[in-house]
Order: sequence, then C-alpha cells, then structure tokens
Amino acid sequence: MIKEPRRHQAELLVIGSGLAGMAASLFALARGVSVAQVGNSGVIAFTTGYLDLLGHDERGFVDDPWQALIRLREDEPRHPLANVTENDIRAAFTSFTQSLTEMGLGYTAPGAHNVLALTPAGTLKPTLSLPLTMQPAIAAMAAGLDTLIVDFTGLNGFSAREVVANLSQRWPGLRAARIGFPDMDSGAEVYAEVLARALEVPATRQLLAERIGPLLGSAQALGLPAILGVHRPDHVHRELQSLLGVPVFEIPTMPPAVPGVRLRELFETRLPQCGVALEPQHRVKRLELHTQGVTAHLEDAYGEVTIEAAAAVLATGRFTSGGLRADPNAIRETLVNLAVSQPEGRAHWYRPDYFDPRGHAINRSGVMVDEQWRPLDATGKPAHPRLFAAGSLLAHQDWIRQRCGAGVAIATAYKAVDAATQAARSG
Amino acid sequence: MSARPTSPGPVFETEVLIIGGGTTGTGVMRDLALRGIHCLLIDQRDLNAGASGGNHGLLHSGGRYAAGDADTAAECRREGDILKAVAPECIDACGGLFVAVEGDDPEFAARFPEHCRSAGIECSAITPAEARELEPCLSEKVYAAYKVPDATIDPFRITLENVNHARQLTQSIFLAHTELERFIVEEGTIRSAICRDTRSGDTLTIRARQVVNAAGAWAMQVARLAGCSGVQLLYSKGTLIISNARIGRRVINRLRPPGDGDILVPGGTVSLLGTTSQTVENLDDIHPSVAEVDRLVAEGCALVPQIAHTRFIRAFSGVRPLLMARGAETDGRKASRGFSLFDHESEGLANFATVAGGKLTTFRLMAEKTGDLVARRLGNSEPCKTATTPLPSGDAIRWTEPGFAARYWAARREPGDLILCECEMVPTSAIDAIVENAPGAELQMSLNAIAVRSRVGKGTCQGAFCSLRVTSHLYDRQVYDSPLGLRNTRDFVAQRFKGVAPVAWGEHLPQLELAEALHCALLGLDQLTDDGLQSPTTGGRVP
Repeated sequence: MIKEPRRHQAELLVIGSGLAGMAASLFALARGVSVAQVGNSGVIAFTTGYLDLLGHDERGFVDDPWQALIRLREDEPRHPLANVTENDIRAAFTSFTQSLTEMGLGYTAPGAHNVLALTPAGTLKPTLSLPLTMQPAIAAMAAGLDTLIVDFTGLNGFSAREVVANLSQRWPGLRAARIGFPDMDSGAEVYAEVLARALEVPATRQLLAERIGPLLGSAQALGLPAILGVHRPDHVHRELQSLLGVPVFEIPTMPPAVPGVRLRELFETRLPQCGVALEPQHRVKRLELHTQGVTAHLEDAYGEVTIEAAAAVLATGRFTSGGLRADPNAIRETLVNLAVSQPEGRAHWYRPDYFDPRGHAINRSGVMVDEQWRPLDATGKPAHPRLFAAGSLLAHQDWIRQRCGAGVAIATAYKAVDAATQAARSG
Repeated sequence: MSARPTSPGPVFETEVLIIGGGTTGTGVMRDLALRGIHCLLIDQRDLNAGASGGNHGLLHSGGRYAAGDADTAAECRREGDILKAVAPECIDACGGLFVAVEGDDPEFAARFPEHCRSAGIECSAITPAEARELEPCLSEKVYAAYKVPDATIDPFRITLENVNHARQLTQSIFLAHTELERFIVEEGTIRSAICRDTRSGDTLTIRARQVVNAAGAWAMQVARLAGCSGVQLLYSKGTLIISNARIGRRVINRLRPPGDGDILVPGGTVSLLGTTSQTVENLDDIHPSVAEVDRLVAEGCALVPQIAHTRFIRAFSGVRPLLMARGAETDGRKASRGFSLFDHESEGLANFATVAGGKLTTFRLMAEKTGDLVARRLGNSEPCKTATTPLPSGDAIRWTEPGFAARYWAARREPGDLILCECEMVPTSAIDAIVENAPGAELQMSLNAIAVRSRVGKGTCQGAFCSLRVTSHLYDRQVYDSPLGLRNTRDFVAQRFKGVAPVAWGEHLPQLELAEALHCALLGLDQLTDDGLQSPTTGGRVP
C-alpha cells in the first residue's frame, strides 16, 4: 500500500466527534461554512438518544428548564449554559433537533417543560427532547394505559419485569412478557443492534407482530427495548404500530445501545454527504496554531493527513473521550495543554459518598473560556485567537448530575461555531 | 417514633450460637459440626464482612514474623502446612521471596535466615540475579533475596466451604444481617440472645447452650454485651490496592521491619499491594484514603518499579483486631499477631467464650482451641478433626476463584448461559447456583450477597456494568419484585465506589466517569429514596 500525505482545507476544523462536535458541524453547515471534522465517534453510542437541556438542580428534578436556567445564571454564573442566552439555546436546540428530523431521525421539538422519559431500570429521567420512537411512552404513562412491556430471550441486561417492578406504583397498568425474537430464539445471546437491523426487513416485523399480537390482551400500548431499526427507525416504528394497532414505544437499553448507534451512523453517513470532510475514527495527533489559522496532523490507514483551517472548535470531551487526562495528581487537557480548572490534588476529586447530591468536584473541572468561547492558557488569556471550545470539556458544569449533557454540547457548539465563523472570515 | 417490639419474635434453638461470620467464626462452626454439634452462626452483615474479607489472602510461611515474634512465626508455618494439605483447592502454593533493596538495613537482611531457622521455616538464599530471573518485575536494586514457602489462600472460599460443610454435617444454620442486641443472662449462664434482623428491623431470639464470640474487630463490643471487660483489642486499619493484572508469580516481601507497601501478593489474576497500618478508634466508616494509596505506590515502587505505571482497580481497607495486653504495645505494627481464647469463667459466665486476635493463617488453630473448650463444656468427647479432614468443595461455592467461572463457561458451551459479568466471565448459571444453594441462600439473596459469593464486581469495571445486568437477571427470576432490588444495586455501587475513587486516575478514571454517567445521568440511582422509589419530583410532565 502506498502511503502518501494528504491535505484537506476547510474554513472550520471541528476536533471531536461526540454530540458537541457533531452539532458544531451541523451548525457550521447551516451557516455555509466549509468543515473538516476529526475525532473518534465511538462515545456517541453511549447516549440514550434523550436530549437533556437541564434536568436537575438542587431542588431535585427540573420541570421547567427555562426557569431553572434563570436561577442557574444567578447561582452558577460561570456555568457554560449561564453564558448562552435563552434565545440562543432555543435556536440551537430547535435547529439541532430539526436537522436530525430532516436527516431521518425524528425528534420531538423542545418544549416549555421537561418530560419524564423511561430508563431501562424502570426509573424516570427528565429530558427536553426525545426520539419519536420513544415519545408514545409519555402519553401512555400520563393516561395510565394498560401497557405491555415485552423483552426478549437472550437480550442481556434488559428485563421487562424490572421495568414493571420499578414503575408499577406510578403506572399500575403495566405488565411484562418475554418472547423469543423471530429466527433468533434458540436461547443464545441476542444483541439489540442485530435485532434492530433485522426489524428493517418487513417480513421480520410481520413475524414479530404475530408473536406480540396474541399477548396484548387488554393492553392499549406496547413498550419494547430500543430495537426498532437503525437507519429508518421512524418508518419501522410506524409500520409496527399499524401491524399491532396500538401505540408502540421504545425504552433505551443499557449503553452502548441502538439509539446511540443511530446517531453515530446518521452523522457518519450524512455529514460527508453534506460536504464535511469527516475522519470519524481518528484523533488529531498534533495541532499547530499560527496567525492565519490552525494545522492539524493525524494519521489514518493510508498515511499522514494534514488539515488546514482558518479556525478550530475543540470538542474533545472529558476523560472517557480522551479530551482530559487524569495524572495521579493533576488533570490536563490532552491536545493543546490548555489550562484546566481543577481541585487541588486527587484527594479533592471525589467526595466520600458516591451519591452525594452536591456531585464530585472532578466533574466540574475542565477548560475555561472567555466570552468569545476561546479557551484560556495558564496566564488566563485566550490560548489563540482562532481556537474555540465547546461541549463537556468545558469547566464549571456537571453534566452527569445536572442532566445537561446535550444542553451544554448543543448550546456551546452553537456559540463556538458562531464565534469561530467570525474569526475565520475576519481574514 | 416506632415502639420497641416487645415480642421475642421467632425463636431459634441450637447447641452453639456463634457470633461473627469471618474465617474464625465459620471455622469454629465447621470444627464443632465435625464433632456432631449443631451450630447457629450469625453476622450483623454477611460472611467475611470484616477483616476476613479485607486482607491480602496471604498464607504466611511465618517469614514476616520470624524476626519479631518467633512463636507466631512457628504457628504460621505449622498451620500453613496443615491448610495446604486439607484445603488445596483454596490455596495457591506460589511460594514467596523476601528481598532487600538498596537502602534497606543490611544487618536485618543478614539475620533473616537465622530467624527463619529458629522458627523452623524453610529459607534458602538466592542471588539477586536469580531473584530477578524468578521475578523479572523486581527492582535492579535488590541486594539480598531468600525463598520461603509463602502461599495465598482465598478467604471467601474458605468461609463458604466452612459454612457449607457445617450445613451438610449437622444442618447448622447461618443467618446474615442478624445483629446481636443483648443477652439474657440467668445465674451465670447466657440463656438466650436477642437479635435484630437489620434489613427488616424484626426481633428474633436465639436459645443456645454455649455462645462463642468470634466477632473479630467487634469482639470487644460483643464481650461487653455479656458483661465481660477482659477482652481488650487494638484496632489497626490496613489498606491495600489491587492491580488489574497479576504482577509477580510469587509473594514478594520486602526484607525489612514491617512497613507500608512492603508486600505484593498474587491473587489469581491480580496482585495486591499492601499494607498500611494505622490505629483507629472506632469501626464505623472504614475506607481507604488517597494518602494511603499514594504511600503504598511510593513504597511499592522501590520493590517493583512498574508499580509506578500500574493500573489499580480498587483499594480496600480492613481492621486488624489485635490483642492488647494491659498497658502493653499500642503500635499496631508491633502488637502481637497471636490469639487468645477467653473462657470468661473468672467473670462469672459458664457458657461463653471469646476467641480474639490471630490471623487468617491461624484461623483453623483458633477454631480448634475454641472447639475443644466448647465441646468439653457440652460433654462432647469427639476430638478436633479439621487438621486431617479435607475441606469438601460445594457446587455453589466455586465462584470466588478467579478464572474459574470463565473456564466453566467455556467448557460447558451452553448457548443460553449468558455472561452477566464480562470482566470476570460470570455466567447466568453461576448466579442461579448461588441464588439457589450458596450459604445464606435460605434468606433472600441480593446483589451484595452474590458479590461475596462470586467474582461479580471484582473485575476492571468494578461492578459498574455487571451490577446492572445481574440486577436485571434477579428481576427476571423474581428474586427481586419491587424497587427494593434497585435500592440494593444503588447501595452496592456506592460501596464499590469507596474503593475505586482513591485509585481513580489515568486509564481507570474514565471507567468511573462512565459508571457515574450510567448510574446517575441515565438511571437516576442518585434520586432513589430508601424505599427504592424516585424522590417526589417537581419535574417532568406530558407535553
């Protein structure tokens, strides 16, 4: 194989292929900015598909995230979401969910209130926008419909009985049943992604409906683990509903799960079709910052790749994604060695109690930015006029406890792209 | 305010009530059962919840004590030989090395073989080069090395086998989550023990002819409930850390007076680096700290340099219950590792005995001496049989051995036997066997109980994922049928966290980040109230 260096040029380089990186590319495309994007997209498969804006604060679960944001601006002025206006957050969320819907993955429009969505354990999770395949659960629970939850022999980690046992106090009409999946019912392990791809075939849907139909009895709705197709879930969902004659909803399974795979495959297929030069399996090895822009170096199976761009958005995520790294006594940013806001020493990273409602200090560590979303260096000044940062990499937020992961990713990507576009086009 | 229940609750009758489900208490249970005596064993938590589950699993050759405590050293040697013969399946006779590195006192090193000789411990000198050939992980700065017959022992398996054997022999019973509240004493005899089920809060009464206090670190409290103040213990907290892969083939000891980070013990597929020593005043909330972990790593590097770059998956702490002779040593490092059997007759009790102090290696001997006393008091003339009777191996008990579940699963090739714990390859069939028949399965099994009886939660993910899959399986089997099952899972992962947080850096930290995202952001376990339900929410509605 001949290995030769290749060069790409774009106005904007997006580094990172998680939710923030993907949102950044979509927002840039919407502005007519040419985009190159690099970063391993694997971690997207760990999302549930639910898009949270702000689901939890010190009072507990949040009903009205827009009201909660007003309080957040008072209480946590350094929080990334406190530094984006309500209008911008709405515009970002609406634009993002519309883009997903237009690309073939239907999402509910972000509303005035959070909804309580189902989890694989039968607990509830406040979220703002959810896939259309999951939406019918909300109305079915509110109406207290007699509902059947079905799981599958060999599908490890998803138990309809568990969902029912944990939800039935709130939703008494729930009932559980287990069936074998058509043609995969030997008892051996089956995988959600395989079932999802199988259900894209009409004949399999027909067979599944024939197995479920007789179990419905008085049930007015049906819940399934999230297996309704990978590429055309809305179509699979509609078809199954019409075969069964009742509303059907999906419940996310333990990640990595189908809803995340859908997002990953959607981005990996559609972004290049829209003109994004996407390298979803590789990481930037080195980033050079110079007066006129940035140069990223990476290596794929065919050799070295160089990307030149007029500006860059850094959305490399936290520890799991590799944007931050924890040495035994200090946290560092891995690509540019940006300053990291962090507790003093490892003894202060975690509280003694795992579930302490105040959360752990390490989760609020991260990269600090100025009002232009430019990350700061050790002197407290922007590291470079054309480098911007977005997503969970940012300091002063705890997306895990505040249930604001998608909110931070989408809102800050929107702002960072805005600022980066201006910088890129300032000549 | 709830009124204190006045009814005695269910009444259990037995010949011997044993308090404390560690290696000693279960050892006494088996010892007595082998003499034909029925026992009832209780523990306020579960098997091996104290020091028996919080140690490095070292079966001492005695080398560690040869210099300071020749009696204990010789006792360790004798007991080690017996256990290797009667319980080979619980033991890895891997051997051990004592090595001195530059900076360690050469005189201490030079006297080591002589100390071993006088304690009867086999000890052969090898060159530093030979030592590094046997254990390539050793520092280049080794200047003296000796081989000793150290071994490792699985304390969970020993405990489970003890209980299981006693159950088979005399239908003896183990009750977990049963806390002693008070004794009813009449005319110098304990008539009954009033206990509380810590999960339900219900009272129960146990009537026994003899009562054995084998409560380990809690033995002093139990003795005081019987009005006995002669048992004086020093609590010495020890912390260890577990690597994600085995580092040395043998036990590697640093040849110097005992100190932090001076021993690296293999434990099947992993290694354990220990041990700190810190005197503590009370037994509540014992967990490892970042400072202890850092000290262990810093000291361990001198012996095995790769420790500096090793991924550790968990830290844990135990409390050594050390005997304190009145006015004697209060330094945990120097206090005696010997044990004592108190017959409490001088304190006016005719049917109470306390066995305290000692070590994992000498648990059988402690049980023998206690058994002799109790049997004599019961008029039973059967001799102790534990030194010669092999420990049987039960079906529901094999799951604590690292690697066993994986071999079992692969050999069985049963397609429907799903793997629930991927790190340790624990299949559904193992969980089912434990739920049906492991010691303690008479009561409701929980994730916590299964973890004590298997490798679940002990691998790289430290229970982050497998806890959820096992939970789903327990709901499937209807072992769980309410939100209390999920609460148990919450408590389990909260407990694992205490061991993971102090070693969370480098490659291990993302594991913890992912776990927290799963447990809190997705499942909302942080929002569960104690009845397992989610707290009343202000949030969420139908759009």
